[in-house]
Amino acid sequence: MTIGIEHYLTVAAMLFVIGIFGIFLNRKNIIVILMSIELMLLAVNINMVAFSSFMGDLAGQVFTLFILTVAAAEAAIGLAILVVFYRNRGSIDVQAANVMKG
Amino acid sequence: MVIATLAFYLFSAVAVLSALMVVLSRNPVHSVLWLILTFFSAAGLFVILGAEFVAMLLVIVYVGAVMVLFLFVVMMMDVDFAELKSGMSKYVRIGSLVGLVILMELLLATGYWSGWIVADMAPDMRAAITPALSETQNTIALGSILYTQYVYLFQAAGLILLVAMIGAIVLTMRHRKDVKRQSIVGQIYRDADKAVEMIDVKPGQGL
Repeated sequence: MTIGIEHYLTVAAMLFVIGIFGIFLNRKNIIVILMSIELMLLAVNINMVAFSSFMGDLAGQVFTLFILTVAAAEAAIGLAILVVFYRNRGSIDVQAANVMKG
Repeated sequence: MVIATLAFYLFSAVAVLSALMVVLSRNPVHSVLWLILTFFSAAGLFVILGAEFVAMLLVIVYVGAVMVLFLFVVMMMDVDFAELKSGMSKYVRIGSLVGLVILMELLLATGYWSGWIVADMAPDMRAAITPALSETQNTIALGSILYTQYVYLFQAAGLILLVAMIGAIVLTMRHRKDVKRQSIVGQIYRDADKAVEMIDVKPGQGL
């Protein structure tokens, strides 16, 4: 039995759905929400690399590099916001975040 | 071929299970560690696909930098995580329902049951055709198009990282008033006139 592109797409779909599930499940814990977003980005990367490999087009891997860059930047900014939020409120409960509006 | 198949199933099973543990585990430190395992197995999948450079990048950049950042932040904060988990069971049902629906849709779209069919014209529309692996290594092939065909995107990626770096510094920097600081300008502009004060002390009297 040979591994086709649909196998990789299936794994990526499962990882993506687990990411969505994690956002639903940990609605209060913003750290785990950030990690779920990382999972979803990883799923997208697996799709990109799978298509790149099976179609013989290197552009997919180049775009994976850019997705990685943006994901790293997003993690850095997100964690910085989290640190400031924690410093101001003493908690990382997302549902208390609307207190900061205005 | 058999080894590649076995490795695919091993890596993908580990990736999916550890991803589940990321969202289910009670302790965020454990979540980060499970996420590291997920990234390692995804890197294994990338190696099977022949994308060695991206695989190594995933290990070095993600496991080496981003996940360590996550660990630092998780350990820096003294948060009652049990309290944050309290409402979790409330969302399990709606979360699994939405997840199941999306998974079914994605599996229909990705051809899990029917097989993925590539359109006839698709190979003609490739942006950067992969050179044969016997001629060029993956890293060399990637570099030769990254610095020519995609050089503007590459520069834009560098700009994004710069903006992220400055943004993170600006967000987290605070000027504390209660600490004594060295004033370099004050030290430079200090001269003998300001530093020394001549006092004429009268005999028999103190200051």
